[in-house]
Amino acid sequence: MSRERSRKLLPWVSTPLILVVFFALWELFVRVYDVSELVLPGPATVLESLVQVVTDPATWDHARVTATETIAGFLIALVSGVAVGVVLGKVPWLELSLRPMIVASQVVPKVALIPLFVIWFGFGMTSKVIMAAMLAFFPIMLNVQLGVRSVDPGQREVMRSLNSTRWQTFTHLELKSTMPYVFAGMEVGIVLAIIGTIVGEYLGGNEGLGYLVVRTLNELNAPALFATIILLSVLGLLLYFVVNGLKRFFIPWHESVYGQQDANG
Amino acid sequence: MAADSAEMVERTAGARQAGPPEGASGPAKLELIGIGKEFHTKRAHTQALSGIDLTIRDGEFVSVIGRSGCGKTTLLRMLAGLLSPSTGQILIEGRSLWNGARVDTSVVSQLGVVFQEANLFPWYSVAENIALPLRLRGDGKAERLARAYELAELVGLGGFERSYPRELSGGMRQRVAIARALSIRPKLLLMDEPFGALDALTRERMNLELQRIALATAATVVFITHDITEAVFLGDRVVHLTPRPGRIRQVKAIEFDRPRGIDVQTEPGFGAIVRDLRHALDEDEGR
Ligand SMILES: Nc1ncnc2c1ncn2[C@@H]1O[C@H](COP(=O)(O)OP(=O)(O)OP(=O)(O)O)[C@@H](O)[C@H]1O
Ligand SMILES: [Mg+2]
Repeated sequence: MSRERSRKLLPWVSTPLILVVFFALWELFVRVYDVSELVLPGPATVLESLVQVVTDPATWDHARVTATETIAGFLIALVSGVAVGVVLGKVPWLELSLRPMIVASQVVPKVALIPLFVIWFGFGMTSKVIMAAMLAFFPIMLNVQLGVRSVDPGQREVMRSLNSTRWQTFTHLELKSTMPYVFAGMEVGIVLAIIGTIVGEYLGGNEGLGYLVVRTLNELNAPALFATIILLSVLGLLLYFVVNGLKRFFIPWHESVYGQQDANG
Repeated sequence: MAADSAEMVERTAGARQAGPPEGASGPAKLELIGIGKEFHTKRAHTQALSGIDLTIRDGEFVSVIGRSGCGKTTLLRMLAGLLSPSTGQILIEGRSLWNGARVDTSVVSQLGVVFQEANLFPWYSVAENIALPLRLRGDGKAERLARAYELAELVGLGGFERSYPRELSGGMRQRVAIARALSIRPKLLLMDEPFGALDALTRERMNLELQRIALATAATVVFITHDITEAVFLGDRVVHLTPRPGRIRQVKAIEFDRPRGIDVQTEPGFGAIVRDLRHALDEDEGR
């Protein structure tokens, strides 16, 4: 019992400990070798800068833009990915005839298309939303397609032997057993969506945390650059945890959820 | 073929004339006429079943035994309306179950199937799994949960109603599947090695429960098992299938009155039947 508890607490102790050691070594390194602040500012300097950046209301406008673009792109990818995934999963001949196109469009380094989107949709949010959606679309679509096909034949036979309607088979079986695949796609998708947004912001426009990164770089303000990257990471983490939380809420019965709990507890 | 297997019907040593056993009288519930099934895959053509003729009376309990791979599951899936026969006809209460490759679903209402695997739904609790057939049928929530709890108790899973399948052992899952099949009080119950994963004592208890339920609901049961003793103990008749291709080798009527107590197994007549069947199964070995 106490052993179980201590195992559960372990990450809560180890993570701060590791961070403290990490920051201490970093500070030490910077001081001992007298590294220029332009190359690698010490953690204390970065923290100072972080406080500055966070207290600047303009930062929050940039963060809101990045979050909006990412979430909008992700939602577009989710809806279209699920729709296309279900159709392709259910209609094998369609999937077969489209497969070369799908493979080809996956292989294309989509980030390389951003300049095109900028030409077509301008420097505003649209081009970033499209980039985020494009990156997040494929993992979601492919996972859903796999999920639709992976319904257990034995469970299908149970439904058939119960004389179920198509709708009942869908709600009680197909939907439920595809959900884990949707969430697996979403977890990859949200990470890719934020990458798409940031790269989009790097390459064009004058808003968003990605833009802020580029600006601080141009100003050779390394501490602010670090601070912005930290903010971006936090945003990414937040979005990931929202998706992960949704998964825990909607499919508590799935081994990817309860398995994790068992390992922790 | 029909004449053949009819000839093979043996009667047990009992002096009684072989009328239909008590509780098993009545019209034909299920008729299999010249049933055959071939599987075509890329690698092989398997003649899984061939020339199966069998008439099962209303309320009768028929055990099916046979070596692994002789087509028992295939037969059961055809009866359950899940797999169309290549040849022959299946009549349920005189109405044809299969029209070509299409199943007439109106014929198979009041059907309970226990598969070889439990096939539970991991997103539903034990009670929800048991009540699923009632839910699909449109029963109210309170009503179906009450029934689910009652059945959980019956299969020895009282207290586990709110657990999820992942928290159960293999044998417990199988018992949930049995409870699920019983939930609609089926008139026709098809069971594919339902007690395979249970320990001897639980198995004995489940045998007695199954017998009681079958008699109480006057259900017709087709019961597949590897356990000869179990087949004889439960069955009004025991059907012995031989492999490659699956055919009926013999149909043995078991004349002990039902309900049978566990003591029936110590009667000399019982042991003799079990021994005969075991010998017959042994002969299937080299085939
Ligand atoms: N879907 C299928 N496709 C091809 N062959 C099949 C299929 N289902 C069953 N068979 C073949 O039919 C034969 C009978 O299989 P079946 O599952 O009915 O055996 P069984 O008597 O239930 O065996 P066990 O006691 O091991 O469960 C086997 O030889 C098997 O290879
Ligand atoms: Mg089988």
